[in-house]
Amino acid sequence: MALIKHEVKQGMISFWIWTISILSLMMICIFLFPQMKEQMQDVTKVFADMGSFTAAFGMDTLNFGTLIGFYGVECGNILGLGAALYASFCAVSILSKEEKDHTAEFLLSHPISRKQVLIQKLIAVWIQIVLLNVIVYLGSILSISLIGEEIPFKEINLMHLSFFIMQIELSCICFGISSFLSKGSIGIGLGLSILMYFLNLIANISESVEFLKYITPFGYCEVSDIVETLQLNGTYIGIGIVLSIIGIGIGFIHYCRKDIK
Amino acid sequence: MKIIQVNHLKKYYGKSKGIEDVSFEVEKGDFFGFIGPNGAGKSTTIRTLLGLIYPTSGSASINGMDIVKEKEQIKKQIGYLPSEVMLYPSMKVKEALKLSMDLYKVDCSKQASLLCQRLNLDPNKKIEDLSFGNRKKVGIVCALQHNPELLILDEPTSGLDPLMQKEFFEILKEKNEKGTTILLSSHILSEIQRNCNKAAIIRDGKIIACDTVENLSNSNAKYIQIHGNASFDTLNGIKNMVKDKEGCSFLYNGDISLLLNCLSKGNIKDITISEPDLEEVFMHYYKEN
Repeated sequence: MALIKHEVKQGMISFWIWTISILSLMMICIFLFPQMKEQMQDVTKVFADMGSFTAAFGMDTLNFGTLIGFYGVECGNILGLGAALYASFCAVSILSKEEKDHTAEFLLSHPISRKQVLIQKLIAVWIQIVLLNVIVYLGSILSISLIGEEIPFKEINLMHLSFFIMQIELSCICFGISSFLSKGSIGIGLGLSILMYFLNLIANISESVEFLKYITPFGYCEVSDIVETLQLNGTYIGIGIVLSIIGIGIGFIHYCRKDIK
Repeated sequence: MKIIQVNHLKKYYGKSKGIEDVSFEVEKGDFFGFIGPNGAGKSTTIRTLLGLIYPTSGSASINGMDIVKEKEQIKKQIGYLPSEVMLYPSMKVKEALKLSMDLYKVDCSKQASLLCQRLNLDPNKKIEDLSFGNRKKVGIVCALQHNPELLILDEPTSGLDPLMQKEFFEILKEKNEKGTTILLSSHILSEIQRNCNKAAIIRDGKIIACDTVENLSNSNAKYIQIHGNASFDTLNGIKNMVKDKEGCSFLYNGDISLLLNCLSKGNIKDITISEPDLEEVFMHYYKEN
């Protein structure tokens, strides 16, 4: 427990910076919606004619003139990418920072097993991800009700849930990577998230590379699919869970055996 | 009763050598010195004992518990001070001490504030604002506050001013008198000679001597200073020969009568034969080969 508390406390400043940034960007978008709603009828047509560019962001099937269409594209991208970056950043540095800053010696000379260190650090990462999502979710719901729109709970809940699962998956993979690193790690975490994000955009553009959706967790966060089917893609999520377990497993096996620098 | 037992411990980092063959024993209640220059393998041995790194071969136990299999149990009984104390920079001193207590699952805040007072350490300062010496003090309090059975101190005095060093050794002596076993690694020999009752000397990853400090200092070798001339060409067992205009000085480890024989043939104005101090013994061991 001591380490969970310590980690959450240590990450507090960066947590609030990311949470406030993501939430305020989303709130700005939501507050812009009433003004844009009227202009959107024409814009939607323009978007629909833009071909693969709109397909990349799912704007060919989402109606920009409706709240969920607008929310899905604008807020979906902000939360999708922003929170994914945060989850990766948090997880990829959680183990490696101790060796980079040479604090691992202090920590591990105490009577705490490496397994306990791993469990408590992973829980600390997840607590921060859960808190970020809850705050952003509540803030968004509040903002939508403030502009007087009806809240499409089912779509929004599913959308936020998919983003949350995606962040957990990314955090598990980055956690595994973190156990191997002892120097600059943040670039690797952020790079991985951005790579996954773009893999999904590419998969959206061309059907021939649609298999990429099996790899990237952004595949099951496709808002246009969620709005259309009102459910999450079980296959993609199943693959995501397997990748998460592999990430954590590798992290545990390697960290428990490695020599601490 | 033996508290530390190290048997042929070997550690390689890939192909590069950490330690080659380290064996020694520390009895309960010992104030044990671990001597060697930088890079000889002191820290590698200590880090292996603490389970921070895994041995390539060999074994070691603390209080009868294996350092690989039972390291969590072992660490409950140890206080460790690393040679370079690195702490979380954004924390305050008191927060770092509290974290350490929480990880040991004990509340020893009274002992902590007592130690802070004696070491002149302000618990409200931020770690990032501390000098190297003051960071060391935080490390010392973390190592001592929970009253461990065994203290492992890796070059503890580097960064401490002479007054603090004195206070620090006084604290250690008090602890030792109350039964705490202390393993102190250092390259400062006077520190070991003044405080320790036993010592091991490590060179190039191998223990080359392990005995009481008294025996190590007395190790048959005598320190000879001569005013005058004499020929020692036929004499074996001479080390560290230093010649000057007046005469010469050297360490002699051999038959005294043969030495006297050589001296009687020379022209000697004055002679001093004394026990070498630990520093000279150390140099003697290190200049071999």
